[in-house]
Amino acid sequence: MMRSRLVALIPHAVLILAVLLFAFPIWIAIAGSTQDSAAIARGDISLIPDPAGLGVYRDVLVNGSAGAGPVWRALLVSAGMALVIALGKIALSLPSAYAVTFFRFPFRMTAFWLIFLTLMLPVEVRLIPTFQVMSSLDLINSFTGLTIPLVASATATLLFRQTFLTLPDELVEAARMDGAGPLRFLKDIIIPISGANIAALFVILFVYGWNQYLWPLLVATDPKLDTVVIGIVKMIGVDTATEWNKVMATAVLALLPPVAVVLLMQRWFVKGLTEGDK
Amino acid sequence: MERRTLFPGRLLPALLILPQLALTVVFFLWPALQAIKSSLEREDAFGTSTEFVGLENFADLFSDPLYVAAIGRTALFCVCVTALAMGVALLLAVLADTEIRGRAFYRTMLIWPYAVAPAMAAVLWVLMVHPQIGLVGAWLNRIGVAWDYKLDGTQAMALVIVAAAWKQVSYNFIFFLAGLQAIPKTIVEAARIDGSRGFHRFRTIVLPLLMPTVYFLLVVDLVYAAFDTFATVYAVNGGGPGQSTQTLVLKVYLDGVVNANIGSSSAQSVVLMAGVIVLCAVQFRYLGRKAVT
Amino acid sequence: MDRRALIAGAGSLAAWTALRPSAGASAADKTPITLWHAMSGANGEEVERLARDFNASQSEVVLEAIYKGGYPETLTAAIAASRAGKAPHIVQIFEVGTGTMLQAGPAIKAAWKLAEETGLALDPHAYIPGVRGYYSLPDGKLASMPFNSSTAVMWYNKDAFEKAGLDPEKPPATYDAYVEAARALASKAPTPIASTTAWMTWIQFEEYAAIQNIAYATENDGYDGLGAQLLINTKPFVDQLQRFMDLSKDGAFKYAGRDSAPDAVFYSGQAAIGFGSSSGRADIVKNAKFRYAEAFLPTEPALNAKPNNSIIGGASLWAMTAPKRSEAEYKGVAAFYGFISKPEQVALYAQHTGYVPVTSAGYEATKQAGYFDKNPGTDVPARQLARGELTPNSRGLRLGRLPEIRAILYEEIEKALQGQQSAQTAMDSAVARGNRVLREFQKSARG
Repeated sequence: MMRSRLVALIPHAVLILAVLLFAFPIWIAIAGSTQDSAAIARGDISLIPDPAGLGVYRDVLVNGSAGAGPVWRALLVSAGMALVIALGKIALSLPSAYAVTFFRFPFRMTAFWLIFLTLMLPVEVRLIPTFQVMSSLDLINSFTGLTIPLVASATATLLFRQTFLTLPDELVEAARMDGAGPLRFLKDIIIPISGANIAALFVILFVYGWNQYLWPLLVATDPKLDTVVIGIVKMIGVDTATEWNKVMATAVLALLPPVAVVLLMQRWFVKGLTEGDK
Repeated sequence: MERRTLFPGRLLPALLILPQLALTVVFFLWPALQAIKSSLEREDAFGTSTEFVGLENFADLFSDPLYVAAIGRTALFCVCVTALAMGVALLLAVLADTEIRGRAFYRTMLIWPYAVAPAMAAVLWVLMVHPQIGLVGAWLNRIGVAWDYKLDGTQAMALVIVAAAWKQVSYNFIFFLAGLQAIPKTIVEAARIDGSRGFHRFRTIVLPLLMPTVYFLLVVDLVYAAFDTFATVYAVNGGGPGQSTQTLVLKVYLDGVVNANIGSSSAQSVVLMAGVIVLCAVQFRYLGRKAVT
Repeated sequence: MDRRALIAGAGSLAAWTALRPSAGASAADKTPITLWHAMSGANGEEVERLARDFNASQSEVVLEAIYKGGYPETLTAAIAASRAGKAPHIVQIFEVGTGTMLQAGPAIKAAWKLAEETGLALDPHAYIPGVRGYYSLPDGKLASMPFNSSTAVMWYNKDAFEKAGLDPEKPPATYDAYVEAARALASKAPTPIASTTAWMTWIQFEEYAAIQNIAYATENDGYDGLGAQLLINTKPFVDQLQRFMDLSKDGAFKYAGRDSAPDAVFYSGQAAIGFGSSSGRADIVKNAKFRYAEAFLPTEPALNAKPNNSIIGGASLWAMTAPKRSEAEYKGVAAFYGFISKPEQVALYAQHTGYVPVTSAGYEATKQAGYFDKNPGTDVPARQLARGELTPNSRGLRLGRLPEIRAILYEEIEKALQGQQSAQTAMDSAVARGNRVLREFQKSARG
């Protein structure tokens, strides 16, 4: 009896261990952010946060740290970038998936394959040529350059297309009987039906946009366009003393928005992710 | 699979697809062609002179033992990250799938790292294991473990693998959990009544039903490890010490951006594009057929 | 969904307009010019101060100083911007980027040419020899504007020296003495780490070669032509690496990373000896909780009984061109050059940062102000730079893509320190790989 109860505890033990292991790095960042930078640099970091050091959050938000500007601005750039990318991708993918699914037109599959190709070429593999193209278009160091190239999305198009393919034919027939044109059908039936997909995609794409590193590093050298992820790596890379408490505070601030989006929209996110994308 | 019911018209669908198509051509197709062109040229850093050199950049690349070594290193890195991330996620998902109390809590606490940027994963891990300032790293050195990923290539590799896998576990966990929950409980029950136990039951009944998820995650994780981990590797040690954590994508960046060697970097881009196309073809062959056609 | 999307869209639009890079806070009638720099922390604030004072000193131009990241990032950003036709007016490039910038052709405007066109008085001989040598062309004209020059020194922890039974007033003057001191520090262990070095490639190899009067590369360290070959697999360099490998094995030396990363190991009190740039002074003053001092780099009397001057580190300013850049803009650049080369500005800048005064007049002004007396040891960098006669081996290095060559040398050193290869193999493959980079540069420079 005793033994079986112990056995039943094993899953809990493993899961709790995993939860702690996942949270540990964040806890260090939270605790460290409130402590003295010089003490951290000497290796004297405590696991207990010091409430007296909370002023550092205000400090980084307003003043930033050596190597990077005020964090509020970086957070704003990140938020703007993540929102434009997430909403832009959804706004572009939905109509194109609709077009290839519900219409027959010349070069339909060619167009579809061209879009599918973007899936094959992550920006990382064609870094320099994309930069050259951006500079020919005079988009270096602009918010447009930061976001627009990331707005084309094969994943979202594929996901929407799959959902549309599973819609029963009767639905379309019924709509046609009612005299609904393609645009009305899109507005009244397709968009409401895709609600869960859109919500899930929003989470995925927001996180994707927020977490970009290589692209902003390359295309925006103006410090005013630094995202918070770029800012934090810059803070660590300064050739003078790194202000570790500020780095940790910025790390915590940088994590809050995407984690909040994931957790708040957890239900749709998990559903949309696992039901659609396979 | 095609829809049988369709709307008539040609102009409307063309207009609907145009924005997406335009972006694809401008930001994907054009750069891809540009990469092929630049890979056949030699150009100075400031772009003031350009010379056609044929396949010289490719020949230089493959005759360079360091590039060949980087290919092997990248493969090793991808396999380790994928195996670690999938193994841990599967274990946790199996545990969380049982009728256990606090399931929702565990799920929430295990999926949030999905939101962590690859660069941030590196930062968080560095703060933890830095040999001088990191809590764990400094402790290791105090108890006599010679932990220093700035000098020890094997340790550096281990660190970037763990940091990269750490972030990806959440994603895999979500999929495994959904896959497990989609398996009808009656099948598992029937096996239990037949006397099939524990791991044997998992191996013979559950795992085969989970295989589609495993294949899917395999491709996703490999692509993640190969490309999305740039920021992790770059922020941990910039590819060092030595070249012990220099992956192919990092090399494209270092040669193209830092060293301004456009020709070689473009040639590497072309090689990578070919690699990705092969990988996607494999994915398409095994998994995508259903989804795409 | 629609409405929410709209609100979010409006929000991001607002963010967008708020975040558009502005052209600077320029009044309409002033010419705006931009300076990209790589100075962070206390040194970054000093650049801001210079910009403020310059803007207040005249009414023609308004200069905006923008931090672009570390030295390598700033060079990269300048190249990328130049290719895109958006180069800044002035960019701060570290000394090892000089070879690359000299081949930039129409993308840059050499300092002497800018002076000629705008009527700015620019006398190369106003600059101290080590500085002039590094930034001038074969005919003696200045290619770039000397700005922040440092040199390498040996920082040491006096408290730790005392605890280890070493004389805190007598730092090791030769490499043999350094080895002895490091071993003593390791065995008495007043600090967890006996010794470390920042900028290992610069300090332990480039400076080492200059001071010991050994050639680093053929063609007089690259000054005489693009065909230079590295010479660093010769005995002195191999021995130097072997020395650090031995010390590292015995726990008397710790490799703590590339470039300036090891600085923190010294000023946090973990290492008793920390080779580093003289420009690290501000950080050390701010952070060190122990008595410290800076000393001359050790010498190797067996190789050179009369040690040469050390070479400079730091950076200079380059004027860049861009399509449609006006005469007024170049005049603005020249005005800034003129401002920073005034003796009082040179002196002020040196005192605020720990860089050396780049002009003789600036050095005198600093001395007259009593700065060296009030801050003992701060004259070490300038004295080390001025020591002996300038030889072809101690002018500096004029090699294209030197940053990349440094990275290669770092990689090979790191492999050797891990015990994966011998010192000779490390230097041999650094030479082979480095020469490939030099040949590639030579080909692309000829175009």
